[in-house]
Amino acid sequence: MAGLIARRARRQRTFRWIVVILLGVFFALPLIAMVEFTTRDGGDTWKLLVDWPKLSDTYPDLATGIVASLGQAALTALLMLVLLVPTAVWVRLRLPGLRRLVEFICLLPLTIPAIVLVVGLAPVYAWVNYFLGGSSLTLTFAYTILVLPYAYRSIDTGLSAIDVKTLAEAARSLGASWGAVMWKVVLPNIRTAVLSAAFLTVALVLGEFTIASLLHRDNLQVAIELLGKSSATMSVAVSFAALVLAFVLLLLLSLFGERRRKAAR
Amino acid sequence: MTDVVAAPDLLAPQPEVRAGRRVGIARLRSLLGTIPFFAYVVIFLVIPTLVVVIGAFTEDGRFSLSNLSALGDGYIVEAFGRSIVLSASTAVVGAVLGALLAYALVTAKPGGLLRRVVTAASGVLAQFGGVTLAFAFLATIGLTGFVTVFLKDHLGIDLYANGVWLFELPGLVLVYTYFQIPLMVIVFLPALDGIRPQWREATESLGGTTWQYWTRVAGPLLAPAFLGSTLLLFANAFSAYATAAALVSQGNPIVPLQIRSALTSEVVLGQQNLGKAMALGMVVVVAIVMTLYALLQRRTSRWLG
Repeated sequence: MAGLIARRARRQRTFRWIVVILLGVFFALPLIAMVEFTTRDGGDTWKLLVDWPKLSDTYPDLATGIVASLGQAALTALLMLVLLVPTAVWVRLRLPGLRRLVEFICLLPLTIPAIVLVVGLAPVYAWVNYFLGGSSLTLTFAYTILVLPYAYRSIDTGLSAIDVKTLAEAARSLGASWGAVMWKVVLPNIRTAVLSAAFLTVALVLGEFTIASLLHRDNLQVAIELLGKSSATMSVAVSFAALVLAFVLLLLLSLFGERRRKAAR
Repeated sequence: MTDVVAAPDLLAPQPEVRAGRRVGIARLRSLLGTIPFFAYVVIFLVIPTLVVVIGAFTEDGRFSLSNLSALGDGYIVEAFGRSIVLSASTAVVGAVLGALLAYALVTAKPGGLLRRVVTAASGVLAQFGGVTLAFAFLATIGLTGFVTVFLKDHLGIDLYANGVWLFELPGLVLVYTYFQIPLMVIVFLPALDGIRPQWREATESLGGTTWQYWTRVAGPLLAPAFLGSTLLLFANAFSAYATAAALVSQGNPIVPLQIRSALTSEVVLGQQNLGKAMALGMVVVVAIVMTLYALLQRRTSRWLG
């Protein structure tokens, strides 16, 4: 029996390393290639990329795209929190019967491809243009819908971990207003959940292309795609930088998640 | 309520009625709190969906089936066919390779470095789609890409001896696999974690072989989870747009690209809403797949929850 187990452990180890190494090569190759591709000119591309004034001079579209994307990411994270956190808390406290409906709605965008949403959004955005103008920041409205499933899941998990009802009742009985309950009691308790929802939002918004491109707005991905037609090296360099940024964001997120799980134990 | 009791008045409403109304008003007031959320969702999610659904059935403001019947046109049927082939093949390849990787992780130490690094990387790479991924592959196996040049210079292999396939369906299959495998790892790992070592021990103590364990115990238990994950991968590839849009330069081989051309190019007379009909077709396919996924998920959670 012991021999059998040892033999199986050895077999599993061999299998594990073969799989991990083969797939590791497949996944690492494009990343290595991006570095190699962008350093063929001796690093000029990267020097240009970190030199913001010169970069916005050489590639004004790219600079516009980066600024637009950062604005969209910040606004979407804000709107998502303002819309989702009070509603999720309120439904838990006062309207538990609506929870399933809210959850269903929040998960709905997962089954509606972005390319389909954009078809339906075109007339809605005709009105947005009419009222708010054609700024790229108006994409925030569509992006908030796109990030709903991910943000909802993370905030809902955070709220499940604390006893919202008791906390809110205690605060209310001590004379706190609903605003104070939200801002001073609930929010500090779901800090990590809010943070992870915000991180996911930023990562998703920075990677969004479909809606921006088809509604003729600027953002980072649209700029990269445009750049690809004139300067392949620069577009690959920006792609790599965007990827590394997303990587760092999501890695931080998974570290937060781990800490939360440990704290919960 | 006390004043009602103190001043019994025949004309005053019965206490229960008033209490009932008060509860109703309180409920209404509670509902007010959710109005911003629902209003927002109606404007930016429900109305767009209705625009697609209603638009697919109207022509010049009247009910019409002409858009839907236009879905039967040769080139649209072909686009749907290619989309389904692309999604199915990347789903199967992604599911098999992803499941192997997930199993490799399960056999590793539970809290070990390998497992943590691979799951974290999978979380990132599953989201890694779109334009950046397309450019990553251009840098890898594009005409002057790293691997293309390396193979040509050092081994004398020409990747594109039979034509440039990167910008066509085979290229899309390869590129999509890059985000399908990590997604499979994420969705399939929980099911594999649900397999208890005791089940294997039980099989062995009853004289079962490894083959019997996999075909009679673990296989049937994992099958719904595996199928469900494959369906999720299918839906994921079927809805993807950005990667293909950035990579495919000529023609519109798959449905999302056909929708793009319907949205951006000059509309053909009598087919203004063709894009909406195609969008509806996509929603129907994704809805069917996701329903099956939900059913399988329920079956999975019975044993491996």
